[in-house]
Amino acid sequence: MSNAIQARPAASELLAVEGIEVIYDGAILAVADVSLRVEQGGIVALLGANGAGKSTTLKAISGLVGADRAQVSRGRIRLGGEDIVGVAANQLAGRGLVHVLEGRHVFSHLSVEENLLSGGFLRRPRRGELEQDLERVYAWFPRLKTKRRTQAGLTSGGEQQMLAIGRALMTRPRLVLLDEPSMGLAPIIVEEIFEIVAQLNAREGVGFLIAEQNINVALRHVHYGYVLENGRVAGEGPAAELAAREDIRHFYLGGG
Amino acid sequence: MNVFLETLIGGLLAGTMYSLVAIGFVLIYKASGVFNFAQGAMLLFAALTFVSLREQGVPTVLALLLTVLVMIVGALLIERTVLRPLVNRSQITLFMATLGLSFIIEGLAQGLMGAQVRALDLGIEDVPLFFGEIMVSQFDLVAAGTAVALVILLALLFNKTRIGISLRAVADDTRAALSIGINLNRIWQIVWAVAGIVGLVAGLLWGARQGVQFSLSLVVLKALPVLIIGGFTSIGGAIVGGLIVGAAENLAEAYLGPLIGGGITPWFAYFLALVFLYIRPAGLFGERTIERV
Repeated sequence: MSNAIQARPAASELLAVEGIEVIYDGAILAVADVSLRVEQGGIVALLGANGAGKSTTLKAISGLVGADRAQVSRGRIRLGGEDIVGVAANQLAGRGLVHVLEGRHVFSHLSVEENLLSGGFLRRPRRGELEQDLERVYAWFPRLKTKRRTQAGLTSGGEQQMLAIGRALMTRPRLVLLDEPSMGLAPIIVEEIFEIVAQLNAREGVGFLIAEQNINVALRHVHYGYVLENGRVAGEGPAAELAAREDIRHFYLGGG
Repeated sequence: MNVFLETLIGGLLAGTMYSLVAIGFVLIYKASGVFNFAQGAMLLFAALTFVSLREQGVPTVLALLLTVLVMIVGALLIERTVLRPLVNRSQITLFMATLGLSFIIEGLAQGLMGAQVRALDLGIEDVPLFFGEIMVSQFDLVAAGTAVALVILLALLFNKTRIGISLRAVADDTRAALSIGINLNRIWQIVWAVAGIVGLVAGLLWGARQGVQFSLSLVVLKALPVLIIGGFTSIGGAIVGGLIVGAAENLAEAYLGPLIGGGITPWFAYFLALVFLYIRPAGLFGERTIERV
């Protein structure tokens, strides 16, 4: 392949991260060198232990690093071929990139339905359109419908995770960044959530980039994975390949 | 018994005036976590603008609309020049900024419109009304009615409109709000504008009562005990806090005053706030975080 062809983004590229470095407070290096790619309609895992730089990588992509007084000091990030480093998070949501934060971060004093609605306002939809989107999310997460009037802070952890994902869907995203969806949830709930995410990907073509410590569940539902270690990509490959690799399993069992 | 009821009702009605001032604080505190020290200055500025316009012969309704416009433009300016550059700084930094802002606004107000005391006539006669044996001030009734109407409007805004839901979303979780595309700068502009308009209403009522002058900006000091009692994050709390402070002040003056030589009103609210700080530091309606473990 010639260089000229390589430099052009492939037609199916949704997200491309090229050699980014992220620094907090101008001094603390959180991500040293990360490159990754998500294809149009792809579902990709970002694996790694605590502190490997998964969350920071996601925040760098979604523009939320700014809110943490951090910045992308090197490298490039493209969404659908357009450079997005330095674009504010709320504007990226308008361009189809939405970030579901680690620990859910639902609006705890708002009702479940208000939480979902808040995700839909961005496009200034008509009332009927908003209702339709709402029903679509309820169809994916029927449990949320039964709790629509409940204050979100009072729902269970699994419901909050579903709500956070549902709220993100209300923005009609092309790509969802999902940070640690399994955190603190029972295995059966984790399985249910990953199942829905995989279905959303398969049937509606929503792209997902999922940061996870739970390697087993993640690799069963994604196409491709990257392994982060100390802020760098330490390995990558198709999910089946990664799942079979002894060193990655070892690494996750705490053998380092 | 009648004296007691009269004192109580008078106090409650006066308390709604405190509530009005406190609501302005709550709005801004909820949406941006800033204790806006400049709320009093905004109140003074709004009242002065209105009075000056009236003195130029501008009809009341037009003067009111123009003042609202001035408060909205002011909110846009404050967001652009003060809040946006200081985004993500600590709360104390923002508090200091509003402290500076209060001096700028007060200076501007008096520089542009003069420092002398102006009378403000809202056309409400302050005649006593009698309900049976109980005497109530008509002015206080109108003030209380205005406060109630304002609170209903705010409740509708917060619960029934898209902007309102977004405002509450930002108050709950700024980052999550950003991540789903809510424009924080826009929200701050709206909140400061609404707080400015609430300040205008409070400024007019207080101005009509004690004249429009520099000391008007000091009514914020009375809002502090109201907020401590009601909680910094609840509009309902601001209302109840105001009522408690108003009623307690009046009753204390009437019943405790004679025992210790009077002059209780100026300090009793702070004493009450201190008591609340001991027994209920979050205030009656202050939000404790909902957390599931």
